[in-house]
Order: sequence, then C-alpha cells, then structure tokens
Amino acid sequence: MNFNYKIKGGDFSAAGRASSEIKKILKKLNVNPKVIKRIVVALYEAEVNVVAHADKGSINAEIDSEKIRITVVDEGPGIADIDLAMTEGFSTASSKVREMGFGAGMGLPNMKKNADILNIKSKVGQGTMVELITFFKS
Amino acid sequence: MKLSEIVKTLNLEVFSNEHLLEDIEVVGAYTSDLLSDVMGKAQEMQIWITLQNHKNVLAVASLKDLAAILLINNIKPNTELVEQSEKEEIPILGTKEPAFIISGKLYNLFYK
Ligand SMILES: Nc1ncnc2c1ncn2[C@@H]1O[C@H](COP(=O)(O)OP(=O)(O)O)[C@@H](O)[C@H]1O
Ligand SMILES: [Mg+2]
Repeated sequence: MNFNYKIKGGDFSAAGRASSEIKKILKKLNVNPKVIKRIVVALYEAEVNVVAHADKGSINAEIDSEKIRITVVDEGPGIADIDLAMTEGFSTASSKVREMGFGAGMGLPNMKKNADILNIKSKVGQGTMVELITFFKS
Repeated sequence: MKLSEIVKTLNLEVFSNEHLLEDIEVVGAYTSDLLSDVMGKAQEMQIWITLQNHKNVLAVASLKDLAAILLINNIKPNTELVEQSEKEEIPILGTKEPAFIISGKLYNLFYK
C-alpha cells in the first residue's frame, strides 16, 4: 500500500495531518499500538520540520506486511551539518515557532529514538530527505 | 481515576466534551509546554498540563492518546482549539492555578 501527502512550509495548522491519517490506517491493519505510537511520533516530528524549516514537502508512506517505510522530501534550506542538527537541544527555529512550543531541538532525536531506521540526506540550498523505517514486529 | 472525578475534586473548568468525562480513565499527568517533549515522553491517558493554546496541541494529544488537555493560569482555549477537540474527542479543561500548583494537586490525587 502506498500513501502520499503534501506539506506546506509555515502551515502549522495542518501539521500532523499525515501522521493522523497514517495512525488510522495502521490501526485498521491491527499493528501493535505501541509500534503505531513510535511510528507517528517520528512522522509528526518530520512533518513539523518541513512546516518549521522548509518551503514545501511531500510524504510517501509504503506499507507492507512487515514494515512501514516513510520518506519525507522537502524543498528548503537543507541541513549543513546533520550531526550537529541531531544533537538534542540544537535548533535554528524562529522565536515565533519557539513560542508555540516547537523548536526545542528534540525533533530529530525523537525520530532517532522512535524509528527503527533513520536516514537523512540533505543539500544546502536545495532540500532534505528523511527516511523512516519501522518494523511491525521486533 | 475517572476524569469526571478529577474535574470535580480540583474544581476544573470544562471547555469541551463534558459528556465524555465519565468514560475517560486517567492514569496520571504530564506537565510541559514543549510539544516535542510531550511527543517523546507523555504516556497514553495522562492529562497534559500546559499553557499552549493552539491547534497543534490537539494534534499531539490525539497522536499520543492523551486523556485531556488542562490549560493553566486561567487561559481560555480559542475557538479553533475547542472545535478540534470536539472532533478528536479530547476534553479541554482549565484552571486558575499555575502549572506548579495544579501539578502538585494532581500528584496528591494520584500518589498520596
Ligand atoms: N527539513 C529540514 N530542513 C531544514 N533544516 C532542518 C530540517 N529538519 C531539521 N532541520 C534543522 O535541524 C535542526 C534540529 O531539528 P529538530 O531536532 O527537529 O529541532 P527543532 O525542529 O525543534 O529545531 C533545526 O532547528 C533545523 O536547523
Ligand atoms: Mg523539529
């Protein structure tokens, strides 16, 4: 099964829409609720990062009997130093974004903790690709 | 503990989903104004104590299956938040108290 969603940069009111859809789909497929939680925590953080840091993006989710593979691709500033960005507490979020309770620098660490596999590729000035893979049975 | 019981004991204001209070079984609470912190650490069926008053709070609460959102310091939810909470069936509650005091009161209810 294959699902696609679009994300607009800056549109915080729509952040979480894809995560919520994916949660419903995985529930219907009877995936372990604990595993669903981990998947949607990681996806939500990826969604919010496109909204907070990029211009626009798209999400593709591929589900088979064993796993979900999600790719979040955006057009935006990209990440110059991915290791630094992965550090807990590192954030370049604007003060407006911080006031809303985002921008604590915990998004990428949350993705790493919750997805089985996290891959990030980025080109400065072009955009970022985040891949999140999680297996339904560990 | 039933959410209805907590609302009564702590004299909380109910801004939405009053009809659900009886059916929600609460296991505790989590106090934070950082959405990623709640995403990472809050547990299912906890009450989320916060001053954040925007729609994204509902997205987080719904993804994490939280019991309710409890706004502190007499903050009133905006209409968007109330509408979304009705869709997601997650009650929004309020208190005049600051986070420390209401967290302490909830702590006493659960652990004393
Ligand atoms: N999709 C993205 N495009 C550009 N920069 C990003 C993206 N995702 C993350 N970053 C960078 O990595 C930093 C850390 O991300 P994260 O851990 O999610 O924290 P936060 O989003 O709270 O700042 C961000 O502040 C930003 O500089
Ligand atoms: Mg982030």
